[in-house]
Amino acid sequence: MKYREAVRAGLREALRSDPRVFLMGEDVGRYGGSYACSLGLLEEFGPERIRDTPLSESAFVGAGIGAALGGMKPIVEVMTVNFSLLALDPIVNVAATIRHMSGGQFGVPLVIRMATGAGRQVAAQHSHSFEGWYAHVPGLKVVSPSTVADARGMLLAALREADPTIIFEHAALYPMEGGPVPDNMAVDLSRAAVRRAGKDATILAFGANLWKALSAAEELAREGVEAEVVDLRVLRPLDDDTILSSVRKTRHAVVVDEAWRSFGFSAELSARIMEGAFRDLAAPVARVCSAEVPIPYPKHLEDAALPQPGAIVAAVLATIGSGTAIAHGRV
Amino acid sequence: MTPAEEDLKAVGREHALDLLRRMMRIRIFERKSAELYSAGKIRGFLHLYDGEEAVAVGAFQAIVPEDAVVANYREHAHAIERGVPLNSVMAELLGKAAGTSRGRGGSMHLFDAARGFYGGFAIVAEGLPVAVGLALARKMSGKPGIVTCFFGDGATDEGEFHEAMNLAALWKLPLLFLCENNLYAMGTALSRRQAQTDIALKARGYGMPALSVDGQDVLAAEAAARRAALAVRRGEGPCFVEFRTYRFRAHSMYDPQLYRGREEVESWRARDPITLFAESLSRAGLLGDAERQAMEREIELEIEKAACFADGAPVEPEEDLLKDVAAGEAG
Repeated sequence: MKYREAVRAGLREALRSDPRVFLMGEDVGRYGGSYACSLGLLEEFGPERIRDTPLSESAFVGAGIGAALGGMKPIVEVMTVNFSLLALDPIVNVAATIRHMSGGQFGVPLVIRMATGAGRQVAAQHSHSFEGWYAHVPGLKVVSPSTVADARGMLLAALREADPTIIFEHAALYPMEGGPVPDNMAVDLSRAAVRRAGKDATILAFGANLWKALSAAEELAREGVEAEVVDLRVLRPLDDDTILSSVRKTRHAVVVDEAWRSFGFSAELSARIMEGAFRDLAAPVARVCSAEVPIPYPKHLEDAALPQPGAIVAAVLATIGSGTAIAHGRV
Repeated sequence: MTPAEEDLKAVGREHALDLLRRMMRIRIFERKSAELYSAGKIRGFLHLYDGEEAVAVGAFQAIVPEDAVVANYREHAHAIERGVPLNSVMAELLGKAAGTSRGRGGSMHLFDAARGFYGGFAIVAEGLPVAVGLALARKMSGKPGIVTCFFGDGATDEGEFHEAMNLAALWKLPLLFLCENNLYAMGTALSRRQAQTDIALKARGYGMPALSVDGQDVLAAEAAARRAALAVRRGEGPCFVEFRTYRFRAHSMYDPQLYRGREEVESWRARDPITLFAESLSRAGLLGDAERQAMEREIELEIEKAACFADGAPVEPEEDLLKDVAAGEAG
């Protein structure tokens, strides 16, 4: 099963099991979803529940909030996180605030799915990663499925949440093949997952960058370095326990984030590790992020702008420092 | 009898006196609020409805308990007309735990889930998409009642207004738009903001019926709201009413009002909705001076009680600060 098929399977399952669930967004119906995630759903569920919208991000996200307040279980698809900036007001000022601001009277059980990330040569207005902006906001839950099982399972788990949950699907993952996903497989929506065990360094990543981290770990293994790879999965609230226990074990941490380094998610992660495991660290936390430029169109420049396995390998080796490197005959 | 007197006879003395009492209640409530603001008991922003009372009182005659109400930040009148107890509204203004929103929202964020009062949105026009969603939920779930949404002429500057109007009309939602056109968005006059100042025309442009009515005349406001609400209840899609009104006082508590002349304000004050209505009642022989004074004293007493209650009420304990940021978080 491909990642996009897993999203579709999750959507279909949710729509079949709960009449309050409906999908709304640009081109989710007749077009089948801009990433083909909802292909065929219009035929099965009809235009009321697979609801094409005008290009009005602010209004249809706001309407999703209103529908959730009105007792429905909407899934709003925003074509990409870049477009979601047109809907920042309803997400940040309404969905995230209303429970607290109303003294606990109103909650917004809304699921917002959006594609994120670069790597497909679609240039500076379709390639950015703003997960950290949303993860900054109290009242939101932010998740990022990196595997086919999570693509289906996290959607179903998000629909059981009482609060607004944003699911970031990295666009490079949609065609990824990930084997079968059993229908009844439940996933946890609070924990990070150790995707590869290791003892020498911890690589923290999420979304498509998990796969770059795993490929870096493969290469490191050939060099005799055993990197542990943690898939963050849930960006808010962060699973500090899993992150810190891995770092305490390996004493080295490398954060991989496709967003820019400055003032971003990777800075928060690094600060948390410093606050929670300072005395266990053998070296400063290292970061592999995108270059501080709008993502450019040509492939060689786009590749150069993004975190790549080679840079992750280099960062791990630099972090664990000369001691390990000497042991493996690299100096 | 003059036509106005004939109208009064038609609505009946009891109803007419009820309308007057309701308008006076709002006026006196806000007079007290302003006093408490000057005394430092209310802080932050306090947007008064002074001069616009006939709009809320007239419109609420067409709204029934099963309907939902969405309002903005100048919403004391709407909360009161919705039946939110004066004690809770006043306590909210004073930031007390007995307030509508546990004191967390203050004047701009009144919410009452039990009464279908969805607040309390203080970013101009953001309530409109929420109202669209609430109406969509009603339509999809077959829940009875309509959604009513109050907003000012300032909201019609925003893209969200246009997006929401389009969605409501496109999806034929049970939604009544109630525009309180007081001619100013803070300090900028409508004619200095919009190329086309006929607001009802904009609604017609989206294919929905729209009425414009004198917002200083409570009977006219009531009649227009009833007519429009009836059409919405018939399932014919959304309707729009523009109430032409004026805010006598500053945008929030104090501003030097450099943006409008004293003469303009005075000419509108001559059309004070309460004075106009009370005078026509007495001309029709339905209200004597003594009776009006007694009514005023009775309301003043009621408001004093609410102010006393709010003043003496406890604040939310600091340990509850993080409560209700998310469901189930911190108790």
